[in-house]
Amino acid sequence: MSLFANRTISVCGGILLTIAACALAGPWLSPHDYLTTNFDRQLLPPSISGGQVFGTDDLGRDLFVRTMLGVRVTLLVAIVASLVSLVIGVAYGAIAGFVGGRVDAAMMRFVDTLYALPFIFFVILLMVAFERNLLLIFVAIGAVNWLDMARIVRGQTLSLREREFVDAARLMGVSTPRILLHHIAPNLIGVVVVYVTLTIPQAILVESFLSFLGLGIQEPQTSLGALVDAGVKQMEGASWALLIPAGLLALILLCFNFLGDGLRDFFDVRHTN
Amino acid sequence: MSLLNVKQLSVRYNETAVVDALSFSIENGESVGLVGESGSGKSQTALALLGLLPRQASVSGSIDFDGTELVAASEETFDEFRARRIGIVFQDPMQALNPYLRIGRQLREILVRHKLAHGAEIDARVIAMLERVGLSDAPRQFHAYPHQLSGGMRQRVMLASALIAEPDLLIGDEPTTALDVTVQAQILELLEEMRDNTALLLITHDLGVVAGHCERMLVLEKGRLVDAGATTSLFASPGHAHTRLLLDAAPRIDRPAELPPVTGASILGIESVSVRYTAFGNEQLHAVHNMSLSLRRGETVAVVGESGSGKSSFVRAVLGLVPMHSGRAVYAGAPLEGPVERRAMAQRRDLQLIFQDPVSALNPHMRVQSIIGEPLLVHEPGLSSRARLEKVVEALEQVGLGDEYLGRYPHELSGGQAQRVAIARALVLEPKVLICDEAVAALDGSVREQVLTLLRKAQEDAGLAIIFISHDLAVVRAISHRVVVLYMGRLVELADNASLFSRPRHPYTRALIDAVPVPNPVIAPKKAPLRGEVPSLLDPPSGCVFHPRCKYVNDICRTTLPTTRDFGGARVACHYANEIDLSI
Repeated sequence: MSLFANRTISVCGGILLTIAACALAGPWLSPHDYLTTNFDRQLLPPSISGGQVFGTDDLGRDLFVRTMLGVRVTLLVAIVASLVSLVIGVAYGAIAGFVGGRVDAAMMRFVDTLYALPFIFFVILLMVAFERNLLLIFVAIGAVNWLDMARIVRGQTLSLREREFVDAARLMGVSTPRILLHHIAPNLIGVVVVYVTLTIPQAILVESFLSFLGLGIQEPQTSLGALVDAGVKQMEGASWALLIPAGLLALILLCFNFLGDGLRDFFDVRHTN
Repeated sequence: MSLLNVKQLSVRYNETAVVDALSFSIENGESVGLVGESGSGKSQTALALLGLLPRQASVSGSIDFDGTELVAASEETFDEFRARRIGIVFQDPMQALNPYLRIGRQLREILVRHKLAHGAEIDARVIAMLERVGLSDAPRQFHAYPHQLSGGMRQRVMLASALIAEPDLLIGDEPTTALDVTVQAQILELLEEMRDNTALLLITHDLGVVAGHCERMLVLEKGRLVDAGATTSLFASPGHAHTRLLLDAAPRIDRPAELPPVTGASILGIESVSVRYTAFGNEQLHAVHNMSLSLRRGETVAVVGESGSGKSSFVRAVLGLVPMHSGRAVYAGAPLEGPVERRAMAQRRDLQLIFQDPVSALNPHMRVQSIIGEPLLVHEPGLSSRARLEKVVEALEQVGLGDEYLGRYPHELSGGQAQRVAIARALVLEPKVLICDEAVAALDGSVREQVLTLLRKAQEDAGLAIIFISHDLAVVRAISHRVVVLYMGRLVELADNASLFSRPRHPYTRALIDAVPVPNPVIAPKKAPLRGEVPSLLDPPSGCVFHPRCKYVNDICRTTLPTTRDFGGARVACHYANEIDLSI
């Protein structure tokens, strides 16, 4: 069965790709930029004839360009943070689960310790200690998300390790790294892919949350969360400034969640059988 | 007027018929065996009778049960019929009983649902039923959860739940397949005792069970009824080629084997191996005690015993998959030491294992080509990919599979094909010692024959030495030169094939042999030779570990562990090995 024969996957994947393409090309095609303020054109409602399809904000900046910029940042945060959690989490969890015994116990207690740190407090400390920048947000989100991934992968690995095909490989003389790479890892793909598509919306939400609190991205740069924050302040006079970024955020989150569902079905061997 | 009259019953999934125009009838009180290989539609027939088929299934034809039509009957009708008119015992009682409910409550439900008893009478009837199926201390067991009972006891509870409402028809869907042979004999005996006037439809792949317990039999092949008749006459003269095939494939414990003599030199020596596990609360569980065994080139040694006898732990310790507590193993003059990862590559190449469940022994994400090619990749890294492919194809051909299987994934193979791929993977390295851990237990009769033939041929061609772990003594008799009998991790008897099966010297060996159902309806089934089940390894009996179940038990057995003694080539651990005559 091909990946795109699955309707959920193709519809959600299509929407996400379209949004990403707009976010990449839109600001470049638009005659406006995200920075230039224009006090003659404050809080204009969306109009196609006026050339500003999403309207303008309280500083007269073009909201289409700013929203697309926000989508870029939001997607970037989501993907980088998920990649960080994917790489660290899978490697850490697979090693802990496969080696087992004391190594496993020590590695997982370290994870438990990190779990105990209050996240927002941790982020605020980071922001205070260092300059506010994008990299720090990645670090903060990735540092939290990989913990879940490591636990899930470790649990899966523990049960895979007991399976007889792993014993068969050990007997045959297959080296431990090769067993991890060729026998354990492929059997983790299903659960890992699904979990990544679930961490992406989580990372997006966290970033939006931080930006909304004013701890995330800094003006004049923006993200969907920061735009929602700005929109809230104009809610009564200029509802579009809130509704458009909030709607896009919701659409992206939904698409990733459904994509996760679709991928779970797709990677289920019994389902494709 | 028959109790059950099935006419032209078909069960279809999409357009595939798994049961195809099946017609048969069952009279009141009659016992009928429904036999066939896996996928022949036996269980689907049973589920159709009970209205338990999944929604995707489409059923046509007619099922007339005592005047009521059951095809397309409403859920309410089935509700009235299930348990009350038709009872069922499934294969796996752990799946069929609700793990969160006490067993007494699960039995009560049936009486309450069908208004068969009221008030205090309900519990009294449940307890009486539990007593009848042989649960000791039934009033206390009434409050037990399923996991607190052994497999055999759980199946007794299932039988109680199937019969408590006194149905007219009892369906047994492979009711003893998951049990040890000694427990199987007990359950079958109980089934006969309990069912009185209840008709029995016994679904099984084991012709020995049919021969002993069914008056008539029906033979299914791919959903079609190919043969039907009285059990004795069908066994004597099968009406259809498929029946003959099934009969020929049934291993016979009552027939001596013809095996080529062993001439090879000793290749594997195992001395006083013990295996211990740490259980909950740091208790030491002694899985294997001082097991010794030697193996020669071209020889097959069988290791038999009930579940929990330590068969698998023993070979896994030799292979280095679990740590050896004490003892040593020597292969071709060099010791086998430490976990398998630390052993010399040559040793890892020469000792191979075949698992019971081929599906879990093959990586679901690898194609057949990579599965069989992987050992070559590890042990002969210099091989070009074309040469490797040639060897893989050769190995596939050796197990009777063509190169069209190269690109398949394990879930695209049948059980028999998957086991042959697993064997090809083990044989592609040309090992010297092959260990088969229940390698044919999950296979149908005809496929089992193919696999055994394959192993015999590999043995003849290459002088392969085989350790054959099995709980099936009929198969063991057909292929092994010597047999080791284990009980609770201890060697009970070690003898050559002919003398073990004609003159066993340990009461346990004799009981195991007697428990095997013989596929011959002329021989009346023996009474279950052993009572009770294997005690917990955490709390082994004093003295001889077998004494609580032994009918020759004496004072010395209760206090003193017997030493292993030699009797004309056989090694036996019994105080009375010389005094009692157990000849068959």
